[in-house]
Amino acid sequence: MLRASHIERGLHYSVLTVISLFMMVPFLWMVSTSLKEPAKIFVFPPELLPSPVRWANYSEVLKTIPFHLFYFNSVYIAILVTAGTAFFASLAGYAFARIEFKGRHVVFLLLLSTMMIPNEVTAIPMFLFMRELGWINTHLPLIILPIFGAGGVFAVFIMRQFFISAPKELEEAAMIDGCSRWRTYWNIMLPLAKPAVATLTIFTFLTVWNDFFDPLIFINARKLMTLPLALSLFTDEAGTAWHHLMSASVMATFPLLIVFFFAQKQFIEGVSMTGLKE
Amino acid sequence: MTNKKVNRLSREANLTGWLFVSPMVLGFILLLLVPLLTAFYMSLTDWPLLGEARFIGFDNYATIMSDADFWKVLGNTLAFAAGLVPLNIVLALLLALLLSKNFAGMGWFRTAIFVPVMTSLIVWSIVWKYMFATDSGFINQVLQVIGIQGPAWLYNPNLAMPAVIVTSVLKNVGLNMVLFIAALQQVPVHLYEAAKIDGSGRTRTFFQVTIPMITPTIFLTVIMTIIGSLKVFGQIYVMTQGGPSGSTKVLVYYIWEKAFKLYEFGYASSLAYILFFIVMGLTLVQWQLRKRWVFHEN
Repeated sequence: MLRASHIERGLHYSVLTVISLFMMVPFLWMVSTSLKEPAKIFVFPPELLPSPVRWANYSEVLKTIPFHLFYFNSVYIAILVTAGTAFFASLAGYAFARIEFKGRHVVFLLLLSTMMIPNEVTAIPMFLFMRELGWINTHLPLIILPIFGAGGVFAVFIMRQFFISAPKELEEAAMIDGCSRWRTYWNIMLPLAKPAVATLTIFTFLTVWNDFFDPLIFINARKLMTLPLALSLFTDEAGTAWHHLMSASVMATFPLLIVFFFAQKQFIEGVSMTGLKE
Repeated sequence: MTNKKVNRLSREANLTGWLFVSPMVLGFILLLLVPLLTAFYMSLTDWPLLGEARFIGFDNYATIMSDADFWKVLGNTLAFAAGLVPLNIVLALLLALLLSKNFAGMGWFRTAIFVPVMTSLIVWSIVWKYMFATDSGFINQVLQVIGIQGPAWLYNPNLAMPAVIVTSVLKNVGLNMVLFIAALQQVPVHLYEAAKIDGSGRTRTFFQVTIPMITPTIFLTVIMTIIGSLKVFGQIYVMTQGGPSGSTKVLVYYIWEKAFKLYEFGYASSLAYILFFIVMGLTLVQWQLRKRWVFHEN
């Protein structure tokens, strides 16, 4: 006999399945198209499993555009920004939380008050400033701005919250033993902050890897482009080669999905811990 | 401790403290504060790409008020927000309710809904642009299977904006969902037990226990989602370039166009400052209303 709870469970699963499918269809279609022959893209009815499977789309992307360069640019910029953010933000966050220096409350409040400033508001003077410095068409703005700009301020806030609630005993013991502030921070407190740093690392990497607005403004030269910028330019060209664009998109998406697969728990905890939004 | 020693210690703390925060503070001054003030000054000038900047007071703002394009763009931006925010919040809350308790397959569902959040907005928009394509698009191909001739989604002024809104909701609903799951799990179990003893039905419990207990999160997500939707840019840039016939041209796209395509830096700065004022206004409202609206236990 069907009981109310069975019907309910069935309903529960069906609603979730339909919504999840909606979420996954773009990915399935992307992978599917990335393996199609150009002539088969317009075939009706649509084929989800292409036959024959055309792996050459992937190697052709690597041949027709300097895809490896875009990839390299994205990877090294994301790594530098992530490391820089973790270091400078944890250093400042620790000082704001644990060192009683004059003016810290005022400075921290000032930092906090600017956290909601949209990137787009400061973009125009920043463009002129970078032009003065001769940094347009270099990677420097893409590395410096996220570390010390609004993203960095947010990271300081997260680190300060963590250090404020971290246990005091170890730190006090270290200070009594004559550890310098630097060593207390570097050898005792930073290792203690691993969960917070991990959350911050994943977030920063994701944000930088996917950033679009800054590269669009600061980079014109083809060989300096990052993945999102390079991919977006494909859609401009008349007669898009969808099979190539889709295989490039798969390659740009895959590393993050792998990272996410392994860091899932930390990532989702990070979102709920920080209430972070893009 | 002697006074001397205390003084020495506090002097040391002052020095190290400032040393530790100086890189961030210096960056903050140079990369946030100075540009913010410069942007305001620029908004009071006629600032072409080449040639001299000319101080013109609030003329740009006056021009904006009589700029028909601006009002259309603002209307589009508000339409985007008005479509996106309720859809996003309701769907996120529904998903959180369905996914807040453990059951077989929960991890898979959560992952499926969260993966788009991880994906680059640009890749997501490119794929959806392709899904919405008139002939080769997945959506119209599926419609054709059931005998419907699909429209030219992104080339129809009435359909382009809804298409972008749905795409954007699916991209980011996972973020709000996770926040709601966290909030739901923090509702004390004894409140549900009490409601049960009182004989409350499920609907009543939902509106009288669950909703009031998660208002802080609802409030935060609503404000943040509104702010996020006022800054929409990437999906517009990729999917429609503001078209067809300006029907999806939003505020940030207009700012970008004025500044970096037409090099009207002064005018664009005024537009940017209008965005700044709106976002600041919302942030202040959030702080003010928080006290009245948000329910705290006890």
